Amino acid sequence: MTSNSDKKMLHITNLKKRFGEKEVLKNLELSVPEHSIFGFIGKNGAGKTTTMKIILGLLQPDDGAVYVAGTRVTYGQSASNHFVGYLPDVPEFYPFMTAPEYLTFCGEITGMPRSEIAQYSRELLELVGLGGETHRIKGFSRGMKQRLGIAQALLNRPRLLICDEPTSALDPVGRKEILDILSSVRAHTTVLFSTHILSDVERICTDAAFLKDGVVSIQGTLADIKAAYRSKEYRIELELESDIPALINTFGHCKKLEKNQVTLRDDGNALYDVLQYITARKIPIQKIERMEPSLEDLFMEVVEK
Amino acid sequence: MKSFIAFLKKEWQAQLRTGRLMILGCLFAVLGIMNPAIAKMTPWLLGTLADTLSESGLAVTAVTVDAMTSWTQFFKNIPMGLLVFLLLESSIFTEEYQSGTLVLTLTKGFERYKVVLSKSVMLLLLWTACLWSCFAITYGYNAFFWDNTAARSLVFSAACWWLLGVWGILLSVLLSTIARANTGVLVGTGAVFVGVYVISLFPKARRFSPLMLADSPSLLSGAAAASSYRLSIVVTVLSGAAFAFLGIAMLNRKQL
Repeated sequence: MTSNSDKKMLHITNLKKRFGEKEVLKNLELSVPEHSIFGFIGKNGAGKTTTMKIILGLLQPDDGAVYVAGTRVTYGQSASNHFVGYLPDVPEFYPFMTAPEYLTFCGEITGMPRSEIAQYSRELLELVGLGGETHRIKGFSRGMKQRLGIAQALLNRPRLLICDEPTSALDPVGRKEILDILSSVRAHTTVLFSTHILSDVERICTDAAFLKDGVVSIQGTLADIKAAYRSKEYRIELELESDIPALINTFGHCKKLEKNQVTLRDDGNALYDVLQYITARKIPIQKIERMEPSLEDLFMEVVEK
Repeated sequence: MKSFIAFLKKEWQAQLRTGRLMILGCLFAVLGIMNPAIAKMTPWLLGTLADTLSESGLAVTAVTVDAMTSWTQFFKNIPMGLLVFLLLESSIFTEEYQSGTLVLTLTKGFERYKVVLSKSVMLLLLWTACLWSCFAITYGYNAFFWDNTAARSLVFSAACWWLLGVWGILLSVLLSTIARANTGVLVGTGAVFVGVYVISLFPKARRFSPLMLADSPSLLSGAAAASSYRLSIVVTVLSGAAFAFLGIAMLNRKQL
């Protein structure tokens, strides 16, 4: 499965990482298309943070290779970090600085021109809702730190923005704000975004990968993933509820859903048989539809299985 | 270079805004004043204690104090200053590991060796300012009250202590790149100092030991020549440089 763009911003091949006896990553293969918002989904402890730390050159893999925009990531001192932005799950900053001071510091260590730092910092602080904030960071709330985290991650205009569970500890309002900001940067930046909150992925991601037992079990665009795992379940809505019991009695695999609705799993000719039954008895139908799987259904099927 | 200066500036802000600079500044200023003050007060103190001491069979005769008394006090106080300095700055790396602030800096492409260099430079500049301001204060008061020429090899003796402090700081930097908590840094630094002290007890090893640099009384009284410290200085400089290089290598390998 491929995204609408064939250009890969991140390419991981054969990645392996073991901590003692525990093999966290086993031949992990992952490709993130340019300008996508890529949801990296997995249970807690599935290896999402380990993968991200390897992409950032903070952890040494046992085997395999990681390329960011064609540049191979090296442990300890990766040249690719110059065009990567990183937002950890709990970003921590120097508490004695103010938000503008911290962004100035970040700009200076990345080698940005001073005039650009001043102007772009202001723009970013406005974008994340911290414009005019002059207090020291030590007084910031969790949400404010998360927003400052996004600002610092975007400061060097990264080609790849890596966010490690950016919304996991935020309230619904804070989550929405962070997701809106991530959506808004897609035109210039590819976003790799790890999470186990599937509604966040459905809300903003264009692509996704499911990580299970150290390997990627599915990846592609959200539409492709849903199509590939399209359910064989159908919902049949009759006009009269009184027709439902006879239908269920005749077809044991029909299950009542609501008043005048049944679900049917189409293994073989089940749908055809039911339709023949309904047509023969001229039972009035309101609707027949294939049930679209939610990402949560997919997660349960692929990851929890 | 620009990024190095930016990080150094951040280190300065940390020292200034967390109050560490003020504590060190006050401590070394107080030590600088205390040296001549204690010397000046010694006759009066002994006078007030004369009766008590005579009951114990000790006779207090006329006590003369001069610059030498004050400088002896200076070299007694400097180890305490160095100890407080190392205690206060032992978390300069580890607090960054524990809070995760260093990870954000490194993921921006900031080179790890610059972290070691800028933190070391900041500590060395601070130590230099602390020691020599304390020295200048004592020197000024001594010049006002007495005559500084009473003490021999004065600047050299202070420079020896400065070098020993540099060695201790670089050792603590090396241990900071290995340990994850500042207790590890403190215990490690203490253990190395004790180990070197034990080695220095052997007469043949003593002249190679960095701790020989702490033997200020021999220099002040003229009992030892500056040239007899040559080997100790060479060993201190070489091992200090080795600590710095090892510190860079260790941080390069450290998983954060």
